[in-house]
Amino acid sequence: MKIIVNDQAQEVSASTLAALIDELGYAGARIATALNGQFVPKTARAHAALDAGARVEIVAPMQGG
Amino acid sequence: MAASFYGQELSSALMLGTAQYPSPEILRDAVLAARPGVLTVSLRRESAGERAGQAFWSLVQELGVPVLPNTAGCHTVKEAVTTAHMAREVFGTDWIKLEVIGELDTLQPDVFGLVEAARILTEEGFKVFPYTTEDLVVAERLLAAGCEVLMPWGAPIGSGKGLNNLFGLRAMRAHFPSVPLVVDAGIGVPSHAAQALEMGYDAVLINTAVAKAGDPVGMARAFGLAVQAGMLAHMADPMEERDMAVPSTPVAGKAFLG
Repeated sequence: MKIIVNDQAQEVSASTLAALIDELGYAGARIATALNGQFVPKTARAHAALDAGARVEIVAPMQGG
Repeated sequence: MAASFYGQELSSALMLGTAQYPSPEILRDAVLAARPGVLTVSLRRESAGERAGQAFWSLVQELGVPVLPNTAGCHTVKEAVTTAHMAREVFGTDWIKLEVIGELDTLQPDVFGLVEAARILTEEGFKVFPYTTEDLVVAERLLAAGCEVLMPWGAPIGSGKGLNNLFGLRAMRAHFPSVPLVVDAGIGVPSHAAQALEMGYDAVLINTAVAKAGDPVGMARAFGLAVQAGMLAHMADPMEERDMAVPSTPVAGKAFLG
């Protein structure tokens, strides 16, 4: 299934956001996620189903002013 | 001790940004030299391979300074609100420096979107630090929306021009005597920061002025001292300005030598 992760098209097998985080190698990282523009808390990732074309954002701490 | 923000007293009136430093080591040394009360941080897309954000987060944790996440780069209410949600989870704080940018040349806030986003976020329990202008009507709306801190700009972000509208900033201080006020953006040198504190501002937020100095660590130390000097001066009640000279040396008893 093809989805968009951080603006990059990717072929993935995960069917939930939680599985996607593992599949892409983010396990254990301090990150936050959004699915199709909506924030998905960590506790809800296992129930957040991915459909073809889903837009996923994965963000982490960064320097800021 | 600096002012309290949402019931939390900060150890310094200096809020320091963490962006644009030449290296993580220089950022760390600058923080140790400035001893800020808060560090501002942000969120960006993370690559699973590089995990740059994880290294940065380790550094911030090691420094042990409270963090204030921002919504920098957000141009809409929806973007800013979603970013705030993500920041609360990642940084484990309900503090948010709310930026809704309205204009690209000056990076001035979209104050209409700012008020709307502030209302949404305070209703959700966020403690909002709104990046605003010195407009008193907007400030009233932000307070009505639930903000308990206001952060007017001194000058456009990154411009280093200092306190561009002294009259407006003084009016804001006088109009909201009990609201914690922070000059955010535009400060270029420590004297600008001291000036804000002397006027009774509770804190200043600085990033570029330290990060882009030739010696960021030296400049960080200078800013740390400047906010202390400014706060002490404010507490000591500065003299009134006068238009004409008044001799400081007593003239009575002066020898006649004419």
